[in-house]
Amino acid sequence: MGWHVAVIEFRIDPRSGMPPYRQIVHQVRQALHLGLLREGDQLPTVKDVVGQVAINPNTVLKAYRELEHEGLAAGRPGLGTFITRSLVDASFAAHKGLQSELSRWLAKARRAGLDDASIVALFESTFHASSNRGVA
Amino acid sequence: MSAIVADGLGKRYGRRWALRECTLEVPEGSVVGLVGANGAGKSTFLHLAAGLLEPSEGSLQVLGGRPGSDATQLAKVGFVAQDAPVYGGLSVADHLRLGARTNPGWDEAGAQARIRSLGLDLRQRAGKLSGGQRSQLALTLAMGKRPELLVLDEPVSSLDPLARRTFLADVMELMADHGPTVVLSSHLLSDVERVCDHLIVMAEGRVQLVGSVDELLAQHKLLTGPRRDERLLPRDQVLVRASHTERQTTVLVRTTDSILDPAWVVSDIGLEDLVLAYMDRRVAAPTETPLSAVPS
Repeated sequence: MGWHVAVIEFRIDPRSGMPPYRQIVHQVRQALHLGLLREGDQLPTVKDVVGQVAINPNTVLKAYRELEHEGLAAGRPGLGTFITRSLVDASFAAHKGLQSELSRWLAKARRAGLDDASIVALFESTFHASSNRGVA
Repeated sequence: MSAIVADGLGKRYGRRWALRECTLEVPEGSVVGLVGANGAGKSTFLHLAAGLLEPSEGSLQVLGGRPGSDATQLAKVGFVAQDAPVYGGLSVADHLRLGARTNPGWDEAGAQARIRSLGLDLRQRAGKLSGGQRSQLALTLAMGKRPELLVLDEPVSSLDPLARRTFLADVMELMADHGPTVVLSSHLLSDVERVCDHLIVMAEGRVQLVGSVDELLAQHKLLTGPRRDERLLPRDQVLVRASHTERQTTVLVRTTDSILDPAWVVSDIGLEDLVLAYMDRRVAAPTETPLSAVPS
């Protein structure tokens, strides 16, 4: 292709325990959350991806189909696959506040003597508990 | 449609069976990884598929025809043998001319572009090329045919990591462009995991496991729990492998149903462990029931 500039590049980690197509879906979601990908951006063409990371084109197609199914991307025949939704919303400033609050909380947890694994465990169990109650 | 249909396929060399009771289908457009120990029958299967060997028993259909039966059939299949054979005395350009003359659908522009991007000198004698360059030349010839089926017998075993990655990326780009079916044998399970969507595991001349990678991984569960007799599994769980310590039992089962027994800790299994379990299986349990009895 060559006429478009790829916005992101995928990487495949054989030790992640995640099937390659899930890794691509995950990386797109992550890039959306970080604001690296926005509505209207084109995802790398299947040929570009397989040429870069040497994976099966069917894997890339499967990942893109899943992104379409999730309503995050749409294929335009003959053109490629494009992001249809941004996941970083306008209230990014508010997220900054959340982030600094979280940093303060993390510092507090460390001062209280929790190690990283305990902090993650505490976060996950609280997160799941509040998700299950429908609070989050 | 299926690119390859084997039914009771077997190949005998003298009194020794290299391949027996091979029954499988390879869907069109898939990338199939063929794995197994040395001498498991992989090369024999690939040579049969390429039409370079005649079956001793059973039947084999490749792209709807009998492998190697006529020129059209031969033109549909690209084959790169294990040692990437090239004519040592001929130059790279001679190889391309040979490819053009022997293949009706030869893609001269594609082959030339490929040689250029590889940085190969057209005047260079093939005998002077490195192992990686030789494999790339052999792949260029196989790809230049625009094959509907590309058969690669351990194509990357002699390549350094960079050449290996380039080789696989090139095959995958060909897939993205023209969508042939690819069957490749390899000992490198990380490569198989990367590029293959279907898997065939062979051991001692027999197919042990065949199917789509995603489905196979979803159907296999590793169960760990207090020690018990592995023969007392529910009917829907087919035992692949069991091991015991004094207190604990670990079993690998194949099932399409959920694991209901609360005594088991259920975990998923990776491709490498799955392949190893089946490669090992024939040796450990020679009287095991054939896989055709397994739910799929």
